[in-house]
Amino acid sequence: MAEQKQSEPEELSKKQRKEIAKWFLINSPPGEIQYVAKDVESLLMDEHVYEMAVSEAFPLYNKTHMICLEMPNRSGEVLITAFGELDGSHYLDPRNAQVATVDHVKQVCSMVRPATDDELPSSYVEEFRGALDAELVRYISEAYPKGICSVYCISRKDAEGPGSDFELVAVISAGKHSPQNFCNGSWRSVWRIEFKDELQLVELIGKIEVDAHYFEEGNVQLDTNHECKDSTIFQLAEECAVSLANIIRHHESEYIAALEASYSNLPDTTFKDLRRKLPVTRTLFPWHNTLQFSLTRDLTKELGIGN
Amino acid sequence: MEAAMDLMRRMPPKQSQTALSSLLALLPEHSQELLSRVDQPLEVLCDVESGKEFLLCDYNRDGDSHRSPWSNKYHPPLDDGCQPSADLRKLEVEANDVFAVYRDQYYEGGISSVYMWEPDEGEGFASCFLIKKDGSKSGQGRRGYLQEGLWDAIHVIEVGAEDEGTARYRLTSTVMLSLTTSDTDAGTFNLSGSITRQMILDLAVSEGHLCNMGRMIEEMEGKLRNSLDQVYFGKTKEMVFSLRRPPDMMQQQQDNLLVNYSH
Repeated sequence: MAEQKQSEPEELSKKQRKEIAKWFLINSPPGEIQYVAKDVESLLMDEHVYEMAVSEAFPLYNKTHMICLEMPNRSGEVLITAFGELDGSHYLDPRNAQVATVDHVKQVCSMVRPATDDELPSSYVEEFRGALDAELVRYISEAYPKGICSVYCISRKDAEGPGSDFELVAVISAGKHSPQNFCNGSWRSVWRIEFKDELQLVELIGKIEVDAHYFEEGNVQLDTNHECKDSTIFQLAEECAVSLANIIRHHESEYIAALEASYSNLPDTTFKDLRRKLPVTRTLFPWHNTLQFSLTRDLTKELGIGN
Repeated sequence: MEAAMDLMRRMPPKQSQTALSSLLALLPEHSQELLSRVDQPLEVLCDVESGKEFLLCDYNRDGDSHRSPWSNKYHPPLDDGCQPSADLRKLEVEANDVFAVYRDQYYEGGISSVYMWEPDEGEGFASCFLIKKDGSKSGQGRRGYLQEGLWDAIHVIEVGAEDEGTARYRLTSTVMLSLTTSDTDAGTFNLSGSITRQMILDLAVSEGHLCNMGRMIEEMEGKLRNSLDQVYFGKTKEMVFSLRRPPDMMQQQQDNLLVNYSH
């Protein structure tokens, strides 16, 4: 190989090094940020820059991936999302009306306390939120081997009664981490649900993202995204909850069926467009026949066009 | 370095270029090793003399220029760029011609290049066989399912000195794949990544090196193609269906839960 003729690399500023470190951390696959952090720490060789990078990157990652943390004293589990964020280290668990204190970098919940009244929605909104939450818990126990859900009020949580609009968001997060099998994955759905009083309509927008990472013989990643919309009539809390959960169940089931279809169609269609199993001649390539090559090349051109 | 390689196995394959440039920025003193160890999708240049395209990799690079296998000239031009010996160049020319036909028969299109070089120390020689195929709807995909479909294959073979009529061939192959489909039902679906395998064989040189190397590559590509099916499709599919049950299984689970509740 040749001699390198390299230009002098410029010294990176601390800020630039921090930004690069953050990029690696934020792009970690599901369940892998701690491994990535170890690598980044050894590459940076600068604890100060490392501390800055992780303190900025971990909260973003945790919220994007909607990680689930155990709360102390067997108080249950809390989902870390932007929707339930009260401030940088406090997250609401609406189901049990609790607030969890979280250390993002360690990815643990250190403390839990009851939520105050103004951290919670009004009793009117809570009727709807609670009913939907109960229906979703039932749904995920059927559909997800290990799923967690939560329903938050993200707009007008102080709405007092009929006549007001408000917005809920339902999140479902299911992660599977098998580092010993070199495989990790996650399913994340976010359903924004707008209750429109005047129209007596409830509109949903769902975003589903499924990721998988397999890294035994290399690095293979699946990245899928899907968006869907639907609506239903604004009824009493219990009836709305059943209707909404059915809509969510329907769309998510359809999506997984579509993924199944993609997987069964792709191998035949895509691989052939990339590389055939065997040449058109249905024999292996005649490497020993070098004398015949100019002839073979012309023949191949004809055969190629004929495909 | 090991931390850097571990990062490359975790970062999204579609961002491998950004990942590599970030590593080069953080570890400028390791740039030579990073450039030779980290596989990247192959870039293409056009040889001005012959009008044919050729592929770029670390093995045909000298400084910022790359050597064309067709004209044996560097692009952009270099006065004293590294060249294989006359004998090796002969083998390289033949390899490029033969490999182009192989490529056409299996890939029905695409671009290929073969580069050979003598190692700094020791006997024998080394070669790399490269293929790039664009199977997307707008590229050379005849069946039109893929919005994006890219296959990059890099096969590096080290050939040891001849000993009593046989030589040792050490093949390291990497295939990088990126598939994207996009339709209204399934949204966007992207599978990307790379897998690497090795093969070592001691073969008689009676039919020539090219024959031996070609057969090894053909066998390896066949194995990798099957592996890709199991790995890309198989393992990721397994993961997806372990996250959420398909609709027919949900009914089963509903029944199970009812049974449990009734106890």
